[in-house]
Amino acid sequence: MSIAEDLQPVQLAVELENLDKSFGLAEIIRNVNLNIETGERHAIIGPNGAGKSTLFNLITGKYAATRGLVRLNGTDISGLKPYEINRMGLSRSFQITNIFPKMTVFENIRCGLLWKMNYRYSFWHLVDRQRDLTERTEEILEQINLSARRDNLAGTLAYAEQRALEIGITIAGGADIIMLDEPCAGMSTSETEYIVGLIRQVTEGKTLVIVEHDMGVIFNLADRISVLVYGEIIATDTPPNIRANASVQEAYLGSSLEEDG
Amino acid sequence: MSLFIVNILDGLVTGLLLFMLCSGLTLIFSMMGVLNFAHASFYMLGAYFAYQISTYVGFWPGLIIAPVIVGVLGALIERYGLRRVHQYGHVPELIFTFGLALLIEEVVQFLWGKSQKAYEEPAILDFTAFSIAGNAFPAYKVFMIFVAIGIFLVLLYILTKTRVGMIIQAALTYPNTVQNLGHNVPLVFMGVFGVGTAMAGVAGVIAGPVLGTFPGMAFLLGSIVFVTIVVGGLGSLWGALLASLLIGWLQTFAASYNVRMEDILVALGMEKPVDLASSALRDLWTLTLPQIGPILPYLLMVLILIVRPQGLLGKRET
Amino acid sequence: MTGIEANKNTGTKRSDDLAPHKWESRRLINWSSAWPWVSAMVLLLALPVVFPSGSAITIMNQMAITIIFALAYNMLLGQGGMLSFGHAVYMGLGGFFCMHVLNWVEYDGLWLPLPLLPVLGGLFGLAFAFIIGSFSTRRAGTVFAMISLGVGELIAACSIIIVVFFGGEEGVSGDRSMGPEVFGFDFAQQREVYYLIVAWLLISTLAMYLFSRTPIGRITNAVRDNEERAEFLGYSQRHVRWISFCASGFFCGVAGALFAVNLEILTEENLNTTQSGIILLVTFLGGVGFFVGPIIGAIVFTLLQTVLSLYTEIWQLYLGILFVLTVMFFPSGLTGLIAVHIAPWKAGKLGLLAVPYAKLIIPLLAFVLSGAAILEILFHAREASVGDEAMTLYGITFNSHSLLPMIVAVVVAAGSVVIMKRIMPSLKEAWDAASPVSNAP
Repeated sequence: MSIAEDLQPVQLAVELENLDKSFGLAEIIRNVNLNIETGERHAIIGPNGAGKSTLFNLITGKYAATRGLVRLNGTDISGLKPYEINRMGLSRSFQITNIFPKMTVFENIRCGLLWKMNYRYSFWHLVDRQRDLTERTEEILEQINLSARRDNLAGTLAYAEQRALEIGITIAGGADIIMLDEPCAGMSTSETEYIVGLIRQVTEGKTLVIVEHDMGVIFNLADRISVLVYGEIIATDTPPNIRANASVQEAYLGSSLEEDG
Repeated sequence: MSLFIVNILDGLVTGLLLFMLCSGLTLIFSMMGVLNFAHASFYMLGAYFAYQISTYVGFWPGLIIAPVIVGVLGALIERYGLRRVHQYGHVPELIFTFGLALLIEEVVQFLWGKSQKAYEEPAILDFTAFSIAGNAFPAYKVFMIFVAIGIFLVLLYILTKTRVGMIIQAALTYPNTVQNLGHNVPLVFMGVFGVGTAMAGVAGVIAGPVLGTFPGMAFLLGSIVFVTIVVGGLGSLWGALLASLLIGWLQTFAASYNVRMEDILVALGMEKPVDLASSALRDLWTLTLPQIGPILPYLLMVLILIVRPQGLLGKRET
Repeated sequence: MTGIEANKNTGTKRSDDLAPHKWESRRLINWSSAWPWVSAMVLLLALPVVFPSGSAITIMNQMAITIIFALAYNMLLGQGGMLSFGHAVYMGLGGFFCMHVLNWVEYDGLWLPLPLLPVLGGLFGLAFAFIIGSFSTRRAGTVFAMISLGVGELIAACSIIIVVFFGGEEGVSGDRSMGPEVFGFDFAQQREVYYLIVAWLLISTLAMYLFSRTPIGRITNAVRDNEERAEFLGYSQRHVRWISFCASGFFCGVAGALFAVNLEILTEENLNTTQSGIILLVTFLGGVGFFVGPIIGAIVFTLLQTVLSLYTEIWQLYLGILFVLTVMFFPSGLTGLIAVHIAPWKAGKLGLLAVPYAKLIIPLLAFVLSGAAILEILFHAREASVGDEAMTLYGITFNSHSLLPMIVAVVVAAGSVVIMKRIMPSLKEAWDAASPVSNAP
């Protein structure tokens, strides 16, 4: 279970150290310790209200931790703003679709590229004239299968397409740590299959942290799983071991695990 | 010392007046998420309606009737104007209330003309309540203080002790949930808007005789009201109270103590330029405290925004 | 109302600007994107020849300055979603500063050709926007709007105190023709000033258009639509707003400089809330969602203001009514109204709308005229001096104190409302028929 048992030294992408988060009197995250290795696909599961989204928001800088540390590639990121964390190579998606609805699909993706391709706050480039930018945007559109939709306003896309676009924006900047918050929420089985395939393809060789309700997705995709219950991590292990873990079954999964898995 | 006490009382009058506008504005803002830029215009309408009524039946009936008319007008504007604009988003809502403020000013000029109206306090209150070492304090101002405090007590009672108040408080926090419980939230919104504007109307009725009833009165007080709720913290009632009193006193004291910049500069050991008229700093040398009194609230706002962006008692900036 | 619904149906393509653009373009200039600019330039050069009168040139100068100001204002409102209630300050300060520069040129021997003055005005506006923006752009929305109002009031109030800079009640005046001659022009003539203003109009408009197509311009749109998402893409929403604010301040300063050149005087009125309200009205009337919106707004507004103020004393009341009605019923402005007709036009079905529109126009006109008549009669009855009861409206002279004209006006107004309500269903039908089927939900 512990990384330290491995003999080879491993790179850690995300480290959480004694992390606490309270809102008023409510303790949502309690003393969470978690190490996510570079290049692994790590899933966080847990019942509703376990604090998954809060944990996500702590790592990405949306919330500040009450106590404890978050390290990204070995650097402490406590107190950094979301945009600073993003610039360090972490990109996230949102549970509720969070795109630029009044801009075209093409421009949505391009916005995800601008900073990383060093255009930053430039007012001396014309975006339409930058061949590298256009080509890269086209590539990503191809990857997420939205090339045919490039000139449509993002807000007019079908739900599954918006979710794909959301993932496209998230990976566009080429961040090496990708965090996806329930990418398959509210999708049909076939749509879910499509999105999982997409996630597998676009996060190849990257660190993936994913929160998801659909157990099928999790056990299919993840290298390791952490189970969060009432703000505490009760187990972190490979999918087969999690499936067999008695305390996990007792606390959360019950018999549904067998059915889903 | 006696001047000090009179200033405290005068500032209290201004502060309470500000708070009558700020409280309604804050209530509307917290519930509906829209800042009513036309709020001070309802204050002006209150004064004008009361003036019109007073020309027929005297001051006292106007104190009741004018705010009621203003409140009904406010509720109608919420129902047929604001609710319609709401669907377009937040910025058009703000623009709508701003446009409304401009329109109301034009309508007032159209109906009553550009000059100040002879709206005066009732003769029964036209005497000196008391004087402190020669500084007279008019009975009408005592009356204003009592009206203002009376209204807050009623408001506080409604908010904390009645069923409607409970719904309002719940709607402040969870608008959708309250709607799901079967309460008619749009109706509550309309009511709150009506009551908020009616309170501005009351403020207008009692302030009209003291501050003057003229078409510019809305923008004159309105911009101070917005400064006040920024200073107090957007959406915080107690912050609004604190800031209202603070700004009330700030303005009163600045107007009555003739501190001259020249004296300060000389005391600091600087030499007054001989040829002051051609000096680039001549405005600095001739500056007096009463002169900069009107801009002090704005300076306070800028200062607050720099050191404490969320306002005195506002919630933390997220 | 039908227009708005149609907008929803046909709004699947981006509608940020009406000018065509091709991202594939690799050439520096291509004709399809250059033709609006070239034709605008030709038109602007020809206008003084067509309308050579002094008053026409005065109006056109005013219009051009308003266009620059409105476009600069829309860099915030339309592109960045920032609603400023005190934007006259940035134009006014640029103008005041330039007035002083003109005086330095005249009295202190400063060498500065007049055509370069707007650069200085722009830089002054930018510097001021940089300072104010450092704390005002922290948040968008309501907070930004309120701070802009507070700062606007602060500066307007300061204008009475800081006499050195603002000149007190009489303002600051100067003479634009004291600088070195440029190609033999000393800019004493209004017509010379027209060409100077028009040159800067083209430069500024092109610059602002290109700005909207730069990385920062695009990200400003992104922050407007979804500031949280933009933060997670590496952009600080605050910095993005600050930069747009500074850019807007620059072009406001340019407009202020041109104002100073045009009228040679600036007073407190140039930076008060009324002025800020007017530019908001101009921009909103034109349409904030389109690059050309403020241009159309400025042209229409200037003409409307000129005509109305010529014929009626209560023109500001009409503008106020127009403002509120626009926000309530046409939130995408005049350009939006034009834009919703593009889809039927492309589908070749615009003709279907001709008859219902023609039917609507008469009662609509009747309603506007009779409504205005009611207001005018009321105003005359109250304002005119005692004994002067005769008023002339639409060429008819009558007694404003008698009831008959009022009754006629009310009946016509009510009648036209009834007729319009009758026509509405057929108009809606025509709209449904004219809207392309493929875009129906």
